[in-house]
Amino acid sequence: MNRRVLLLALSGLVLAPLASCSGGDSGKSGGSAQLLNVSYDPTRELYRDVNDAFARKWQAEKGQKVSFRMSHGGSGKQSRAVIDGLEADVVTLGLGYDIDVIAEKTKRLPANWQARLPSNSAPYTSTIVFLVRKGNPKNIRDWADLVRPGVQVITPNPKTSGGARWNFLAAWGYGRKAGGSDAAAQRYVTQLFANVPVLDSGARGATTTFAERGIGDVLLAWENEAFLAQNELGAGKFEIVAPSLSILAEPPVAVVDENAKKHGTSEVAEAYLRFLYTPEGQEIIAKHFYRPRDAQVAAKHAGRFPQIELLTIDKDFGGWGAAQTRFFSDGGVFDSISGGKSRSGGAR
Amino acid sequence: MSRRSPLQESKAVKWLLIGVAFLYIALILLLPLGTVFYEALRGGVATWMEAVTESNARSAITLTLLVAAIAVPLNVAFGLAAAWAITKHDFRFKPLLLTLIDLPFSVSPVVSGLIYVLLFGAQGWFGSTLQDRGIEIIFAVPGIVLATIFVTFPFVARELIPLMTEQGKSDEEAALSLGASGWQTFWHVTLPNIRWGLLYGVLLANARAMGEFGAVSVVSGHIRGETNTMPLHIEVLYNEYNFAAAFAVASLLAVLALVTLVLKSILEWRHRGAIAARGH
Amino acid sequence: MTAAALLPRLRRKRSAMPGLGLTLGISLLWLSLIVLLPLSTVFVKSAGIGWDGFWQAAGSERAMAAYRLSFGAAFVAALINLVFGLLVAWVLVRYHFPGRRLLGAVVDLPFALPTAVAGIALTTIYSQNGLVGSVLAPLGLPIAYRPAGIVIALVFVGLPFVVRTVEPVLEQLSKEVEEAAITLGATRRQTFLRIILPAIAPALATGFSLAFARGAGEYGSVIFIAGNMPYRTEIAPLLIITQLEEYDYPGAAAIAVVMLMISFTMLLVLNALQVWQRRRSA
Repeated sequence: MNRRVLLLALSGLVLAPLASCSGGDSGKSGGSAQLLNVSYDPTRELYRDVNDAFARKWQAEKGQKVSFRMSHGGSGKQSRAVIDGLEADVVTLGLGYDIDVIAEKTKRLPANWQARLPSNSAPYTSTIVFLVRKGNPKNIRDWADLVRPGVQVITPNPKTSGGARWNFLAAWGYGRKAGGSDAAAQRYVTQLFANVPVLDSGARGATTTFAERGIGDVLLAWENEAFLAQNELGAGKFEIVAPSLSILAEPPVAVVDENAKKHGTSEVAEAYLRFLYTPEGQEIIAKHFYRPRDAQVAAKHAGRFPQIELLTIDKDFGGWGAAQTRFFSDGGVFDSISGGKSRSGGAR
Repeated sequence: MSRRSPLQESKAVKWLLIGVAFLYIALILLLPLGTVFYEALRGGVATWMEAVTESNARSAITLTLLVAAIAVPLNVAFGLAAAWAITKHDFRFKPLLLTLIDLPFSVSPVVSGLIYVLLFGAQGWFGSTLQDRGIEIIFAVPGIVLATIFVTFPFVARELIPLMTEQGKSDEEAALSLGASGWQTFWHVTLPNIRWGLLYGVLLANARAMGEFGAVSVVSGHIRGETNTMPLHIEVLYNEYNFAAAFAVASLLAVLALVTLVLKSILEWRHRGAIAARGH
Repeated sequence: MTAAALLPRLRRKRSAMPGLGLTLGISLLWLSLIVLLPLSTVFVKSAGIGWDGFWQAAGSERAMAAYRLSFGAAFVAALINLVFGLLVAWVLVRYHFPGRRLLGAVVDLPFALPTAVAGIALTTIYSQNGLVGSVLAPLGLPIAYRPAGIVIALVFVGLPFVVRTVEPVLEQLSKEVEEAAITLGATRRQTFLRIILPAIAPALATGFSLAFARGAGEYGSVIFIAGNMPYRTEIAPLLIITQLEEYDYPGAAAIAVVMLMISFTMLLVLNALQVWQRRRSA
């Protein structure tokens, strides 16, 4: 009797879920195509709109239904997933290095992928700006203000976040310009990171720490993320400050040829990425606070994006491969400034 | 038994201990739990309903239940076998076996996902073989199930082993000497004795299977509406600054956990008479 | 090369109890497939970079600081849970009071709540603008983004391990021995220290070591509240993630191996002690 009760309970626990989850397969048949877009964190809202617009256009032009599977996460993590076998038709990541590694390790797209689409395969750009609290109580105007004593700076960890690498390079660029040498740049970023109390692993985590937990006086953020945070996390609570110098962030896109070929989606995948360069695509891009490439669309939205002197990764840092090795690899510049015994930031 | 038996502490000590226990549980467990519900319902019941019935949430719930439904029974079978072998028999290397069973508890969730990537990922040991045959393990349901089995691996066995050790094997020996077969002994003697422990183990394994985040995150691929379990869906919502919805789905998991645990308590209570009657 | 072929060697003496072959066979097979084979990948992977590479990744000053923090915080948290977990288990088993069932039910919560949710909730409470944090921070006791925050998260994660291993043993503990002790004139305290504590010591040790081992590897709940500053609040599992981020799988595997070996050794010693003690007392 008791055993029966027990068995009943056990089998109930086991069977109830099983019964509730039969069926529900996504159809891949007939005149329809499906694209897996493996992207990084800040593009969720952007691609939701892009996907809808492109699906409508493709249906109208080719009579084919196209549906999307989206995967978002930290740029490096996403790149690793594709290397380990996540069969992305297209990748839309945070920095070129992450796609370079996919090309190098899997050979599923050619090494010169970045030359295949216009503008370095980056249909939209962004830059690094400051997000400060309402009224700018610490009066933060430029990079020099970030190293003042008593100013707390929030940035994610450059070792784990693509966005944070842009932050770091922009800061380095300022330090080098202001001090005239790499040594001065190193001194500057060392001081800067001494003012950082928390290193979140990703950009959105850092924004949450700054906005929701109330930690820090200034957040280093992608421009589009700063706009989004302003809108989503309480209008009027934050202000955006444009520094005198920043960096041109170019988040690139690419078709992963072998995967698309395998899925029979080469044509639609290519058209999807090219759609981003059309005026319609560029409008959506501007709507989500990325800087459009198209001159006309850019001119239309010029009022929103402040003019900032922008460094570029290729001209000023010798490309991502070189920058990654020099600054962010094990034993690189970032490791040397984050202090061991020699600097002893904390009590032992 | 009288109230003032010398086995009881004085009333003051008793209530002090109870008070401390409550305070501790409140600070460590109830406060976070309360936060989850508070944040979940802050936007109102309608927002909550929408967050947990929206299509991506539904598919995450379905996937989570499916994964638990596969992982838990497998670990029950293993747990029963391991506990029987360890507690009813004597053999060398027993500490080693025990330790290996505990091991998944101590493996960082990050690593428990990573090992399956190293095994079945495109660059892994079996990666190219699987890819040639078009079999998807990593970034698909099988990978999530494997990672879940790994993290819930010790729960049933760990629940049963101390219990069965404490009970000894005299009951079974008596049954065997009376001519019962091994299966009969297990079925009529051992199982009734351990049923609550077993149920407990199942509930815990089930709860953990549904709640696992780190390991599953590594092998999931994070495809919306497809390979996102509930914990991963929560992360997605949180990263979209959709805190209310994130906590709504989290509260659903918490409710699920609480319901199963209360269910267990009720079962236990209703059958207490039966347990007492069998008590040795 | 089946598990069954190994059995005669594992068998100490012929037992009257049936089913050893079957159950041990199933256990070993399942263990090998789910735990041993997958875990062997990290050993093979880290072996690929040789001894020097291994220590460069796993033995750096920064890694050492991270191990110290992870294992240190896990130890403190397990110690706290040892004391209060025993207290909770005691109260649950020995006393009847309103709310007991509720108390019993929520103990398992940390198993069930996704670790990330726990981490977010704890950070919300203990950060400087949170419910508890806003009270403690002005007193000079900041918790979030400090080692103290890590300990809090690990206390949360580890509590059920202690309570749930001690509870069943406490329940089974026969009252006759206690009664006998009291009859012989022992005080309540002596009874507890000399009779009860030794009886539940193995379970306590198991609970402690499980909570400790689990805490050392914990990632999801800690990462939100830790602060993640190198040398100060950076936990070892984060270093593994960092290595992965650089596509350095062998380096990540090397750190994983170090952590695994520490936990494994500790669990093995404890389990051996217990089996040994049981044999001696049997």
